[in-house]
Amino acid sequence: MKITVEEDRCVGAGQCVLAAAEVFDQREEDGIVVLLDADPSDELAARVRDAAIRCPAMAITVAE
Amino acid sequence: MTGTEPISGTQPLARSCPFDPPPEYRTLREQDPIAEVTLPDGLPGVLVTRYADIRTVLADPRFSSQRRTVRIGAAEPLDAPVPPPAPGMFIMMDAPEHTRFRRLLTGQFTVRRMQQLAPAVERIVAAQLDAMAVATGPVDLVEAFALPIPSLVICELLGVPYADREEFQRGSAMMLKVDGDPEESRRAQLEMREFMHRLVLAKRAEPGDDILSGLVRSGELSDEELVGVGVLLLVAGHETTANMIALGTMCLLRNPEQVAALRADPSLLDGAVEELLRYLSVIQFGIRRTAREDLELNGHRIKAGTTVVAAIPSGNRDAEQFPDGADELNVERPYSPHVAFGHGIHQCLGQQLARVEMKAALSALFDRFPTLRLAVPVEEVPMRDGMVVYGVHELPVTW
Repeated sequence: MKITVEEDRCVGAGQCVLAAAEVFDQREEDGIVVLLDADPSDELAARVRDAAIRCPAMAITVAE
Repeated sequence: MTGTEPISGTQPLARSCPFDPPPEYRTLREQDPIAEVTLPDGLPGVLVTRYADIRTVLADPRFSSQRRTVRIGAAEPLDAPVPPPAPGMFIMMDAPEHTRFRRLLTGQFTVRRMQQLAPAVERIVAAQLDAMAVATGPVDLVEAFALPIPSLVICELLGVPYADREEFQRGSAMMLKVDGDPEESRRAQLEMREFMHRLVLAKRAEPGDDILSGLVRSGELSDEELVGVGVLLLVAGHETTANMIALGTMCLLRNPEQVAALRADPSLLDGAVEELLRYLSVIQFGIRRTAREDLELNGHRIKAGTTVVAAIPSGNRDAEQFPDGADELNVERPYSPHVAFGHGIHQCLGQQLARVEMKAALSALFDRFPTLRLAVPVEEVPMRDGMVVYGVHELPVTW
């Protein structure tokens, strides 16, 4: 899987961190998404897809 | 707009059970999910009741956040234009203006920052429980526990000095008391703005590591905007959380098997908080938007300027999204995204804080008082029908 995040869209809600903290973090200064791992292992796939669905600003795209 | 006649001419308000949204929502979801209705304040509007459509309305920039707020029984003319947002009131703004405010604040409400705040929240919770424990008779859980917790947490976040916290708590309680004398609550609002203005000036003179100091230091906002943001954070973070704690407690007391499941497996706590948020959906009249242009929503035409209501309590009971007993409280429900915090760019800024507060409050309360129970019959608990944030006015409990 290949993940992309759009910082401009991100509203810092933190949903992605709740869904998959191994893959997503938030910048200290402004809470904007930080992608820790753009190509995570298969066992994280379901939680990454969940993060993309939860994101209120549709800032996460997942390509299989 | 639709080919069929709306089954309900007005937005449903009357509940048949204190924990369930009005039963008409189910019929609306099934038969008229995008319905032309009269809203509680007499305005014509469009009521959106299905989960998927609610997410669309809240995420689509064609729906503006500049809107008419809920005013039950208000005597404003129905054709009055949508008022512009007050300074700092960024929940009523659209991008890019909204973005400017939100970006200044998001760093203060991250998952990590709020988890770091958890020990301070737990101390506040423990102190309230200590004070409650010395009481002999029944205690009103709202006054003794549910309201002071978010109020004191906001003091912590905004950097209200200890000496001023009692005044702050009294002032915010007065300001948020909507069932009192309107003149009195207007005065309380003015006093709170003055209090916040003094706090802003104090932070300008002597900045700390609190949110308000951070905003002052950014140099981006005028004093008027800083006061507006401070009051907004107070209002948004106070009643919502307080009512989730009190109503959540009442709901758990009526579902003892759910409490037993939580006791048996404390790792269910995170999921239990999400489930209570979903199940109770205290933003009972939903979230309003204004159609920015003539548009089409899932085949329904909506005219520019129309007030559109995303019925949060209905979306959170939609069986399409929650197929396993949407109307059941189930703390073991596998997580499925709910819309209790909204959706789109305005999704609750303080949601991670709300989670930390609810977890700390509910787990410590049931640990400390394992025999906690209602001190009055359930029918006698005064419910907040007609209030923007649903919940209980009082919750007499004993143990």
